[in-house]
Amino acid sequence: MIRMGAKTMISHSLRIAWKDLMELFRNRMGLVLLILMPIFMMTMVGFIYPSETSMNNVSIALVNEDTGVGGFNLSSIFITTLNSISEDADMMKLKDASSLEEVREMIQAGDAEGGIVISSDFTANIMGGQQGTITIVTDQSNPQMSAIIQTVLGEVIEQMGTALAQQNVAEQLNIDPGTALAVVKPFNVQVKGSVEGDFSYFDFIAPGIMAMTVMMSVMTGLPAAISHEREVGTLDGMMVAPINRLSVILGKTIAQMARGILQGVLILVLAITLFGVTVHGSILLVFALLLLGVFSFVGLGVVLTSFAKEQETAVMMMTTIMFPMMFLSGVFFPIEQMPWFMQAISRALPLTYVADALRKVMVLGADIPMLTTELAILIGFGTVMIAVAVPVFKRAMTR
Amino acid sequence: MIEVRNLTKKFNGFTAVDHISFDVKESEIFGLLGPNGAGKTTTIRMLSTLSRPTEGTATIGGYDIAKQDNKVRQQIGLVSEKMIMYDRLTAEENLRFFGKLYNIPQSTLNQRIDELLELVQLGQWKDAKVGTFSTGMRQRMNVIRALLNMPKVLFLDEPTLGLDPQSTVEVREFIKKVNRENRTTIILTTHMMTEADRLCDRIGIIDHGKIAALDTSTNLKKLVSGNDSTVLKLEIPNLTRKLVTKMESLDCVKSVSQENASHLKIHATGDKAFDTIIDALRAEKAKVNSVENLQPTLEDVFLNITGREMRDKADGKIQMPNHGPFRQQRRIR
Repeated sequence: MIRMGAKTMISHSLRIAWKDLMELFRNRMGLVLLILMPIFMMTMVGFIYPSETSMNNVSIALVNEDTGVGGFNLSSIFITTLNSISEDADMMKLKDASSLEEVREMIQAGDAEGGIVISSDFTANIMGGQQGTITIVTDQSNPQMSAIIQTVLGEVIEQMGTALAQQNVAEQLNIDPGTALAVVKPFNVQVKGSVEGDFSYFDFIAPGIMAMTVMMSVMTGLPAAISHEREVGTLDGMMVAPINRLSVILGKTIAQMARGILQGVLILVLAITLFGVTVHGSILLVFALLLLGVFSFVGLGVVLTSFAKEQETAVMMMTTIMFPMMFLSGVFFPIEQMPWFMQAISRALPLTYVADALRKVMVLGADIPMLTTELAILIGFGTVMIAVAVPVFKRAMTR
Repeated sequence: MIEVRNLTKKFNGFTAVDHISFDVKESEIFGLLGPNGAGKTTTIRMLSTLSRPTEGTATIGGYDIAKQDNKVRQQIGLVSEKMIMYDRLTAEENLRFFGKLYNIPQSTLNQRIDELLELVQLGQWKDAKVGTFSTGMRQRMNVIRALLNMPKVLFLDEPTLGLDPQSTVEVREFIKKVNRENRTTIILTTHMMTEADRLCDRIGIIDHGKIAALDTSTNLKKLVSGNDSTVLKLEIPNLTRKLVTKMESLDCVKSVSQENASHLKIHATGDKAFDTIIDALRAEKAKVNSVENLQPTLEDVFLNITGREMRDKADGKIQMPNHGPFRQQRRIR
């Protein structure tokens, strides 16, 4: 009897899911948006975010105050090298300026994003056995750019300094340049990831975006779909039929999940084809994780659905919850960068664990045994929420 | 067929339906007549298991609406005020979807869908999307959708609201046909006197969540007029003072009023009042162009019972924000 009940319930759920998907696929505009959304999301996040420390065609004002010593000018060698580096990498456009004040004015006017000032005693100091001074001017109104310029220019100048030192040491001690480098720079730092291959910000962000899109689909789609049907009156048509109330919620969840997974697949395809992301773990596991993510969210969605009496409220409620979740769950920024209280909130959000687990699988090629914590938390969270949601929903439907 | 006992629904302290009790007999058309906000829709929603009563009980075909809700659902159909229909699905897809929810076997369902569509002349629109239908077509769809499970009891909430006169007539005829041919018990709500009058075997007048009167249309009207009162409106071109006096002198006539040069309005009592008056007119050689037997209307009944006029003139119903969870009932007054 119970098994029969479960079977009819599932078959009713599938009917409802099928009906919802039919409606979805016949809504051309909706379908277009459904496909455009992940494309926008991916391109937006992919291209707008600074890929770590890269500079692209940044205008840098250059002031050469160096007077040189006896016609000999070290700064000109410096500038030539700087020029060739920037041309090679398309990093910056050098613009001539006459003084520090002019550099500041240029930054204020937006003509330059940073500046380099070579001091007047640059050659004299170096020739006299002292350090030559180079000043980097940054634009504080743009902290991110300022930091990048600082790092990149600092690194470039540092390298040029090392090369100069290496040359000097080799000449003075009469040793080969290799040994000289070891004297000047005893440490050779190499960075190696735990997995072989090239990694970019996309590799970090793609799993998160996938998790987020699927969650968002279900979280916003479910309450919106149910309250919409309530508003137009069609929900009554289902409720007046002798079906288990849960078939309605289950059917809608299946439909929304299908929609979310479709978007997830689209993101994955885009990430792989357009942004060169490689999936190191099992794709099957990726989708299993997405489904588990949906499971962990559904309860929350249903509870909110039960409380939202009209579509408008439902959507607003969802946005209020989704927005902080997006930023606090480490989809865009690693949670380790956040202050402790934000980290605490982050650890209470299921999306954090979905994104985390997905990242482990996609980037690190992790397998189920390495994901036990995440899996346990997601299953636990989902079960508790559904246990709360079912009676709340049943009550709400017959008010 | 239906027994309602002390059924009550309160929304946040506002009593929408207040301890109503009534019975509906098998294969009868029962009307709930009342102004907007009287509690008609709430009553229907409770009886169709969509809303849980705050107090009281009701049984449909012997099943309790609260405790045996799925048994009740098996044997009822609901035509709600809002169209229960998905615009992006075709007529057939809509019917199939709802039919499947009733676990109707495939072959039976196919046959029934075709029959029902033919019944309301929508057969040729089987594969057209419901969104492209006219209001009249949609309402016909809405009605046959409720008949998919061959319900013993059919609930109709304002079935002709917003329809043009022709569609209204069609829908009414269809309701009668369903009642006659399938012996389906029908409960309908309406705020239109004429609709209740024409369709219903018995009418419950509902106001402020209470049933103020319940009887057949004829008996309800007698409540106002007394058993044997007659009001006649006569057009007599050769009307004279003498004729008026003659009429006034008749025993059965209570009052005569001359409305203009050729019109008389006569209030009379007694079984034979009509005959007596006509005979007297003949004797006086009055030339009678027309006789109108003015009956008391349900409007008069409502006025008489509730002490105020029913807002029948409004053609649209003020929509409640929504039904269901956390519904806020606004007192529209």
